[in-house]
Amino acid sequence: MARAVTQKRKMINTALAWTIGLLIFFPILWTILTSFKTEATAIADPPVFLFFDWTLENYSVVQERSNYMQFLWNSIIIAGGSTILGVIIAVPAAWSMAFVPSRRTKDILLWMLSTKMLPAVGVLYPIYLLFIELGLLDTRVGLTVVLMLINLPIIVWMLYTYFREIPGEILEAARMDGAGLREEILYVLTPMAVPGIASTLLLNFILAWNEAFWTLNLTAAKAAPLTAFIASYSSPEGLFYAKLSAASTMAIAPILILGWFSQKQLVRGLTFGAVK
Amino acid sequence: MATKHSRSAARLMMAPAVILLLGWMLVPLTMTLYFSFKRYLPMRGGDQGWVGFENYVRFVTSTAFWPSVQATLIIVGSVLVITVAFGVLLALLLDQPMWGQGIVRILVIAPFFVMPTVSALVWKNMFMDPVNGLFAHLWKFFGAAPIEWLSQASLTSIVIIVSWQWLPFATLILLTAIQSLDSEQLEAAEMDGAPPLSRFGFIILPHLARAITIVVLIQTIFLLAIFAEIFVTTQGSFGTRTLTYLIYQRVLESQNVGLGSAGGIYAVILANIVAIFLMRIVGKNLDA
Repeated sequence: MARAVTQKRKMINTALAWTIGLLIFFPILWTILTSFKTEATAIADPPVFLFFDWTLENYSVVQERSNYMQFLWNSIIIAGGSTILGVIIAVPAAWSMAFVPSRRTKDILLWMLSTKMLPAVGVLYPIYLLFIELGLLDTRVGLTVVLMLINLPIIVWMLYTYFREIPGEILEAARMDGAGLREEILYVLTPMAVPGIASTLLLNFILAWNEAFWTLNLTAAKAAPLTAFIASYSSPEGLFYAKLSAASTMAIAPILILGWFSQKQLVRGLTFGAVK
Repeated sequence: MATKHSRSAARLMMAPAVILLLGWMLVPLTMTLYFSFKRYLPMRGGDQGWVGFENYVRFVTSTAFWPSVQATLIIVGSVLVITVAFGVLLALLLDQPMWGQGIVRILVIAPFFVMPTVSALVWKNMFMDPVNGLFAHLWKFFGAAPIEWLSQASLTSIVIIVSWQWLPFATLILLTAIQSLDSEQLEAAEMDGAPPLSRFGFIILPHLARAITIVVLIQTIFLLAIFAEIFVTTQGSFGTRTLTYLIYQRVLESQNVGLGSAGGIYAVILANIVAIFLMRIVGKNLDA
């Protein structure tokens, strides 16, 4: 009897959750579907859902007309570069805070967090001016550095929360066996820290890929990543839904896939370890 | 001896990150502060000297200021209410036993990974367009006149777009918090005959209080700064000019750097007020 009730409840839960889930996912699904339609089908009334002549034409048009690959490449370089650079700088910092904590460690961590809270628009002009002076405007190097800096607090925090979970006894044991600081870091801590570092890389790559304040304001043509490329569709000419959809699908597909792997880290990374 | 050695090594290891962030914070902020006390128009005469607090006064007395505060409050407030309320409900639902839970979770979380320019443009064109958008088709199907979303209901439209982006974040964090709830406590309450609503009100909600606070604070900081969603949809027209967008327009569009910088300082102060509360919670968690 009890089992039957649970089974019925489970069915209701399933139906409800799937309905809501599909509703929330629908804009993405619709974008993906539209990317395979012709422009005329894309605006058909009533809308066509699945039964249309699927075409890959939009993808080749987007690539030919706007050199999509260049934007994609910029996104990869900027997001990847800023993330790797950030992790290289953050690993030693997070490391020392986790294993050699001092009275000021907590203050330093909180202060780092506070720099993340700085509204970008408040420093827009100074950065813009510095970029002009240093010849960094519309360069991948400039954007990589800025995105590294805005994500550095999150990277330090994520790594810190991962490192803190590594038991200190292991270090002591290694030291007793005669390991120096270098051996300790290379052979004992690094293997244990790899999953944490990987998660940090993943989440920050996603954040950098989707960043849309500095990428829109500090680039023009050369260094513009996908966020800026998509923004160029805000003043369209003629029918463009299918092309917009194809461009959007290409811009979000890699991140959607990476994102699915990073659900857990997302919570840890964006709540600074306050919710686990 | 060893500890002294490792202490100085630790300081050295921390130095690059600390110095970079210190520079990143101090240099531009000092410049903004400096410009905010100047009459500075790069395209029209450049630096025209010190003006004291004139920019600060002009920023808050301009006709655009209060509407922008109002737009900001409406957007941030509505998105917070929507994402937290639906986030709690959705998290409760996703915590229940069901088939395909993992897939539903992925479907719900997906919007968070869509870049802001894509989500704004997809909503603007394919859903909210008064001629070809899906909403227009839907309205016509029911015999109603299509709404010109981004001009007639501009704030509502922005709230819909931004809520869609942030609902996954709230849901995911609240779901994580619910899953850490001791299920024995709930079972005990159920056995004692507590109806679902009081189980929710007296056990689940108090347990979620901290997670909700964190969601509210983090989202507030990000929502105060939303930019791309307005940049590619209304460009700040139809009453959607938020404080962030107003400052952006002052600085880069009308190139009134002094005035924009004063606005920037206001934005920094505002964000800091929110940040203080957030850091208290996070700091407490560090001690534990």
